[in-house]
Amino acid sequence: MTKLNATRRQFFGLAAAGAAAATLSATKEAEAQVATSAKIVIIGAGAGGTALANRLVRRLDGAKITLIDPRVQHLYQPGLSLVAAGLKPADYVVSKTTDWLPDGVTLIAEKAAAIDPEAKTVATDGGETVPYDFLVVAPGLILDHDAIEGFSLDMVGKNGIGALYAGPEYAARTWQAAGEFIETGGMGLFTRPATEMKCAGAPLKHTFLIDDLAKRAGNGSKIDMHYAAPQGSLFGVPIVAEKVRMLFGDRGVTPHMKHTLKSIDAEKRRATFADADGIDLEMDYDYIHIIPPQRAPEVIRQSGLSWANKWEDQGWVECDKFTLRHLRYDTIWALGDVAGVPKGKTAASVKWQVPVVEDGLVAAIEGRESTDFYDGYTSCPMITRVGRAMLVEFDYNNNLVPSFPGIIAPLEELWISWLMKEVALKATYNAMLRGKA
Amino acid sequence: MKKLTLETLIAVFEEIFGRGLFWAMAAAAALVTVGYLFVLVRDRNISWRKFLLAQLSMPFGAVAAVWFVMVMTNSKLANIGGPIDVIVLMMVAVGGAVGGAILVYTLESLFARSARGSE
Repeated sequence: MTKLNATRRQFFGLAAAGAAAATLSATKEAEAQVATSAKIVIIGAGAGGTALANRLVRRLDGAKITLIDPRVQHLYQPGLSLVAAGLKPADYVVSKTTDWLPDGVTLIAEKAAAIDPEAKTVATDGGETVPYDFLVVAPGLILDHDAIEGFSLDMVGKNGIGALYAGPEYAARTWQAAGEFIETGGMGLFTRPATEMKCAGAPLKHTFLIDDLAKRAGNGSKIDMHYAAPQGSLFGVPIVAEKVRMLFGDRGVTPHMKHTLKSIDAEKRRATFADADGIDLEMDYDYIHIIPPQRAPEVIRQSGLSWANKWEDQGWVECDKFTLRHLRYDTIWALGDVAGVPKGKTAASVKWQVPVVEDGLVAAIEGRESTDFYDGYTSCPMITRVGRAMLVEFDYNNNLVPSFPGIIAPLEELWISWLMKEVALKATYNAMLRGKA
Repeated sequence: MKKLTLETLIAVFEEIFGRGLFWAMAAAAALVTVGYLFVLVRDRNISWRKFLLAQLSMPFGAVAAVWFVMVMTNSKLANIGGPIDVIVLMMVAVGGAVGGAILVYTLESLFARSARGSE
């Protein structure tokens, strides 16, 4: 009996030591809060606005933080490519905006209708006028589907038309159309717009995935794959463009550069492109993937926050590309897709931009200069087939900036990179939304 | 990735397996580990006879772990593309083998005590 007791004591002692060690390692250093009564308004409760709000709440004591966004749903947009390839259900990308917002912030579920940077107020379409000391514009961007003549969103999923950017429902319908193409074969036409766009890797991912799925289904001989883009190369970063060119060669995808999609004839399944000289070119298809031109929301363009001499047709916010602070109004920052910077319309960029805007704002409150800056970091887990991807990471200078140099090669098709996209990315994204990554 | 915290890591695993399955597996793993430590402390030595059978179960544990990861991640062995992939795959296999061995050893020690008297 004595022996048994001793054994038990030893055993529980060991267990307690283990628990204590676990608790110790989980203890975190609390950050010192800055006391302020500043009124901070964030337009947009998407990836950028939500992540920033969560961080500011922890960093500031007494600030009045207001988010303005009418969207009830929060979309995990990096997942749309997987939905459009039948690898995830539509609800994989959907959550509620309010699920991610911290206590102590106000959400006005209305659209920002006007910004007055001189009077420092934001008016909503519900008639409310919200004054601010500091403003962060993070409303995302607008998909200009009307710019493609003969196309409307109700066509998606029928007659071989896909458009995965338009949201989870349309991504699922895109898979209906793409799934039919995989079975019946024919000519597949994959496009991208001439404007700046969200995740420039996504048009390529969709191409690679549909090609791979058709080949897996034993229909490789039935498909004829074409990729048409207005740009002069397959990717903005030259070293990546070369790799994609080789992969397209390997997979049998024919690239057509300097092809800007103008219109489609859904009945005839015919697309019209403008070439570099503006001359019309027609291409027939059995399946077409459409990504429309993308622009800043109207409220940004009408409030005088856009660049006057750059991206005139797109209206991105005029800001310093390193600090994201507006060049003419020093109480305004741009964050996410709407920022007028040369790169960075991805969730990975947002993850890097949020701490920069956060520090810029807190520094302004404290009356010091912020030393944090955004170097253009963007990451693209470029799926090249089901089960493999390239973890491409780069900055403003088109330099590759791998997170795991020597371990995960950026231009190699790897299973581990696929694992990151398929399973680790959403969790990391969610942690970012909560301001914890 | 800027930093990898324990919280992020847990969130990642919840995402991979689903919250319910992940915590069920974590609980099962913790239970087996605690059971293993318990028999070690109780017996105060390792029974090499039991350990032999545990070792024999290792290949099965390795194969099961690899199969499980492949199914869970829409992958197949042909997707292995570089050295790091082989390393990750081996880590999964080794994890499965060691986990399997510990499981078998613990079960033997806990439930096959009657046989111990004749040793």
